[in-house]
Amino acid sequence: MTQATAAGPPAAATRLSLEGDLTIYRAVELRNALVEALGRASAIDVDLSKVTEVDSAGVQLLMLVAQTAQARGIDLRFVELSPAVVEVIELLQLRWLLGVPAGTGVGVSR
Amino acid sequence: MKIDDALPTFILESRELLEEVESHLLSASSSEVDAETLNAIFRAAHTIKGSSGLFQLDHIVAFVHGVESLLDRARAGSVVLDAGVIALLLECVDHTRLLIDAVAAGNLSADRELERAGEPLRRRLAAYLGAALSETANHRPGPVESSSGTAAPGPREHWHISLRFGRDVLRNGMDPLSFIRYLGQIGTLSGVVVLSDLPAITEMDPESCYLGFELAFLSSATKEAIEGVFEYVKDDCQLHILPPSSRVTEYIALIETAPLEATRLGDMLVRCGSLTARELEEALEAQRRQPHDPPKLGEILVEQRLVHPAVIDAALVRQKQAGDAKLWESRSIRVDAGKLDRLIDLVGELIIATASTNLTGRQTHAVAQQEQMETLARLVEEVRESALQLRMVRIGGTFSRFQRVVHDVAREIGKDIRLIITGEDTELDKTVVERLGDPLTHLVRNAIDHGIEPSNERQARGKPAHGTVRLNAFHDSGSVVIEVSDDGGGMKRERIRAKAVERGLIGRDDVLRDDQILELVFEPGFSTADQVTNLSGRGVGMDVVKRSIEALRGTVQLTSEVGAGSTVTVRLPLTLAIVNGFLVGVADTVFVFPLDTIEECIEFPAATPHAYADLRGQMLPFVRLRELFEVDGPPATRENIVVVKHAGQKAGVVVDSLFGEFKTVIKPLGKMFSQVKWISGSSLLGTGEVALILDVPALVQQAN
Repeated sequence: MTQATAAGPPAAATRLSLEGDLTIYRAVELRNALVEALGRASAIDVDLSKVTEVDSAGVQLLMLVAQTAQARGIDLRFVELSPAVVEVIELLQLRWLLGVPAGTGVGVSR
Repeated sequence: MKIDDALPTFILESRELLEEVESHLLSASSSEVDAETLNAIFRAAHTIKGSSGLFQLDHIVAFVHGVESLLDRARAGSVVLDAGVIALLLECVDHTRLLIDAVAAGNLSADRELERAGEPLRRRLAAYLGAALSETANHRPGPVESSSGTAAPGPREHWHISLRFGRDVLRNGMDPLSFIRYLGQIGTLSGVVVLSDLPAITEMDPESCYLGFELAFLSSATKEAIEGVFEYVKDDCQLHILPPSSRVTEYIALIETAPLEATRLGDMLVRCGSLTARELEEALEAQRRQPHDPPKLGEILVEQRLVHPAVIDAALVRQKQAGDAKLWESRSIRVDAGKLDRLIDLVGELIIATASTNLTGRQTHAVAQQEQMETLARLVEEVRESALQLRMVRIGGTFSRFQRVVHDVAREIGKDIRLIITGEDTELDKTVVERLGDPLTHLVRNAIDHGIEPSNERQARGKPAHGTVRLNAFHDSGSVVIEVSDDGGGMKRERIRAKAVERGLIGRDDVLRDDQILELVFEPGFSTADQVTNLSGRGVGMDVVKRSIEALRGTVQLTSEVGAGSTVTVRLPLTLAIVNGFLVGVADTVFVFPLDTIEECIEFPAATPHAYADLRGQMLPFVRLRELFEVDGPPATRENIVVVKHAGQKAGVVVDSLFGEFKTVIKPLGKMFSQVKWISGSSLLGTGEVALILDVPALVQQAN
């Protein structure tokens, strides 16, 4: 499930953990959670370590949230990627989502 | 059509698809899985998921989704379909069937008990998926490489694929990602650019798809193969495939037809490596030079088709496949069984009406009318044939279910058994097929459990270690014959005898013919298995099989050779609805013989005192209908004998007069008459009179 926890020192970002499937079945719920987070914080770490599956609906949400954050000047980062996320990012060559130059390897969170 | 009206169709279709998946899985378990089979399984699962979504059966969608994901990984090569995975998938098929059954029973939402039952399966699916994912992440850090030898040999060439998905593609149950993942199977995705035409996050519909892809694709696959990847989503996406070394004009066409501004898409093409920057420059330049005459993509496609004769070959192959039984479903339409029954009923009435018109026609002696009646009768006959044909289905569908039975049962009791199916194209009445499932299942299980010996015993006898069960079907003089045979140990007569004596079925000193001993197996409460397993030998016995076959106006016969195996032969009428009859009369009563059972009719020599007539020097046992049915009235001056045959045995039936052929509809007898011997049904004559249809097998038995 989705949960947001404000944690750490003031400089630290709000941490939003997305868990389970990022798929069409939960797309509305995920979008609402992301919109809510974007409206609340100026720096967000989206923890993807517990994502079990990503489909196209999930990918476009991740892309959209990254674009929206950039447009609004919010420092949003995807951190701790689960194997499912890595697989999709590799497949679609979406390393730019992670803010790393193309060609850089992608770390996997265990 | 209201969605609820479509629900029965959904249930029916899903069950058929599950059967299809099952038979594919079973064929896969005995041989290497080819890509085509895997695709077929995937498509079936996908269709079930998609249609479940339409009916908002979210619990089914969720469950099948897991199955589909596993199949998707299998297609991508990251999960190997070994025996374990196939067994899991088979269990998932069973579970899905239960879910569908629940829907059929009117339970449209998740059932707690079923959910609990599905939980372990879900966990096992997830385990496979998880393993596949970490493998992907660990071993394939670079661009997705073709990981298997599925790509045809040949030079790998640089294709460009431009994909735009429709808004509803996700809602329709497709995941664009899975198609791209699958592309990785037939080549290498050397460049991927994801285009997103995304609205503001607050305005977007998270269930709509806003994605498009430009793919640089290195592969030796043909264009058809690449197109084939997207076959399933072709209504929901715009697909442009540019062949290797496409001319720059083709890229221009792509740029023009793609719903994005030209330079931006041009950049995409450059970024994913299909075009060089210089080529793009030239292309845009060319486009500017010819603003009024841009080449159309359609024309280019035609051009491509001209230079790709392979496309035409593919079309021809497809046409040929359409004739295959596999694709039969797609050319058939679904008709409510009730409507069909109504039609058959009406055709029956029509036959009766024609018969009575014919009768009046003859009485008026109007030649012209009689000729017209002939034409009419012929047409009615054809209508009858085609109406009956509508009810006929291939027995293959029923037979192939037994692959699963044999697979499961053989596994359970640890025997190595193969099932050989022949005659699956034999057609018979749908009602018969439906009611044949249970008795056949019992016969097959019996063959596996009691028929086939353990493999060490088999080898000791010089037989192959694996046992063979055969299912065969064929047409034989108006009936369908189904054989269930095994190459097992055969029936030991002395054991059957001993058991029958023990059960009090026969006396200790009764003298029985060989076939009579075998007949005992069909007696109620008979079981010879030394060891009662949980398969057969409990509850349902051969007597139940016999009774259910007889309820279908069929018969069962057993032959067995010690050491070589046994064969159970089931004979069934082609259809339950209409018979070609032969009318006979005894005093004022009219009887009908099913025409197929009649061998010949001869005059009955007066004064035959004994119970045997002389048929060209052979003894022919006979019965007198007059005596059997206690018909009153003066004895006829001349009598006839109708020679009938059933299951190889001949018998004579003595009647007064012969009226000739007559097509008639069988009306089932009321419950009151169900105990009447020698009658299998009744029928209306053209005159409105009732005629009784004779039960020939019973008569033959009586005579002998």
